[in-house]
Amino acid sequence: MGELFAQFDVWSAFGQTLYLAFFSAIGALIIGTILAIMRVGPVGIFNKAGAAYVNLVRNTPLTLIITFCLIALHYQLKIYLAPEDSPTSIVDNGVRWAIVGLTVYHAAFVCEALRSGINTVPTGQAEAARSIGLTFTQSLREVVLPQAFRGAIAPMASVLIALIKNTTVAYAIGVAETAAFMRDGLEFRPDLSFLIFVLVAGFFVLLTMPLGIALTHLSQRLAVKR
Amino acid sequence: MSSSVLFDAPGPRGQRRNQIIAVIGGVLLLALAVLVIRALYNNGEFTSAKWSPFGQWSTWRFYLLLGIWNTIKAAVAAVALAMAFGFVFGVGRLSQNRAIRWISGAIVEFCRAVPVLIMMIFFFGIYAYNGVFPAAWNPFAAVVTALTLYNGAVIAELVRSGVFGLPKGQAEAGLSIGLTPSQTLVQIQLPQAITAMLPALVSQLVVILKDTALGTIITYPELLQQAQNLASARSNVIPALLVAAALFIGINYLLTLLAGRLEARINRRGHTAGAAIGRAPTVPGAPIDQGAAAAMTPHEARDAAAKAGPQDRV
Repeated sequence: MGELFAQFDVWSAFGQTLYLAFFSAIGALIIGTILAIMRVGPVGIFNKAGAAYVNLVRNTPLTLIITFCLIALHYQLKIYLAPEDSPTSIVDNGVRWAIVGLTVYHAAFVCEALRSGINTVPTGQAEAARSIGLTFTQSLREVVLPQAFRGAIAPMASVLIALIKNTTVAYAIGVAETAAFMRDGLEFRPDLSFLIFVLVAGFFVLLTMPLGIALTHLSQRLAVKR
Repeated sequence: MSSSVLFDAPGPRGQRRNQIIAVIGGVLLLALAVLVIRALYNNGEFTSAKWSPFGQWSTWRFYLLLGIWNTIKAAVAAVALAMAFGFVFGVGRLSQNRAIRWISGAIVEFCRAVPVLIMMIFFFGIYAYNGVFPAAWNPFAAVVTALTLYNGAVIAELVRSGVFGLPKGQAEAGLSIGLTPSQTLVQIQLPQAITAMLPALVSQLVVILKDTALGTIITYPELLQQAQNLASARSNVIPALLVAAALFIGINYLLTLLAGRLEARINRRGHTAGAAIGRAPTVPGAPIDQGAAAAMTPHEARDAAAKAGPQDRV
């Protein structure tokens, strides 16, 4: 085990995975929320645009999206996300385009998770709120949204966990995260294959299992009794 | 419609406001489209040199159709094996024997928690190092193994939630006519559970098909890899990737349509006591909500499944 840590920069690989997951989660949350607002809003053209985005992105492989980001948008269309003249330009652009790809892909799923949260609220709740005289804003703030957020916890948890696992796809454009360590490790130390696998799999199990259990517990505790 | 929860039907003033927002939004979306098309045009992406390869049979024969064939080959092999894996461990988790239940549970949860790509790279390395298969088979074997383990674990959860979703009376009836618990499972519960989970199985196909694209990382010549090969042969990166994306979206859209049809048909026929299962719990470590499933009438369960949506799998 110590050998492994001496030969490869395991910590920075794990760190890179966490970095990718953190920033893409924030990005996906922001864009996914905007998409969800577009899809549930009263304006037809935004409904359609949101639905088109979700259906196109959801049916495209993440590997293709991330590859497209780097080799089409960056190499072909010359869009730079990090200054061209900086010494770490290549690495920075790779990482940032990977975050863009992960964000674009998972935003579609965040949107659907939020929408399914809103769908758990029965129409009668909003009708009751209106009939006791609450205004539109009041009924959203006091009645509908609190229930919708609770209903969205479980689906959002599965999106977040999938996102953490999907950061490995950034290896497709050469980002030095956990999958890259795995590949290098297997190539240069095939004698330690199983140890490397246990280490990497353990990292992901440790990352996703407690999160899954905690968020499921939370969603059950906060579940609206109906 | 979801919007009915949030909004009243708009009055005259609301309608006018919505129309104004729609016009502004339309202009913004149009401006965005123009911006993208102009960027592509300025980069010379609409020249006939970049698109004419798609009119040639050789492009399709040696690149794209070959890629689709390899993608489908890996997906079909993975589906078949994943079903076998899923049924073995799904039934294992329902076993009377505590040890079998525990081991099946541990294996299923582990396979769901580890990223598919990590398993793919691992098996690629293992197969290559130990010479398990002829060298040319390694990428295919690694893709199929990884997809089998992950999707098999998901199917195992579908089997389990399918059986839990059945009304209690089904198992009780089986036991009361003198069947053993395992006979009840095999002859009464599983056939109904399988019918109920069929739509979810078909939409899991979309996930498998998308994940075959990971094979490009370990040099499996599936559609994405073939599109990249085409791109370097004809130096038309953007058109090649766009066509590959369109092909993926088209195939997956057909599968989604099929899943919807199947679900409508099962719900209409109503022969099965269980409702169509919308989704398995996608969170590793999440227990299946048995209490809620048991408390629902089949009708409610069907509604809940319809609301959950057949494919919010990432």
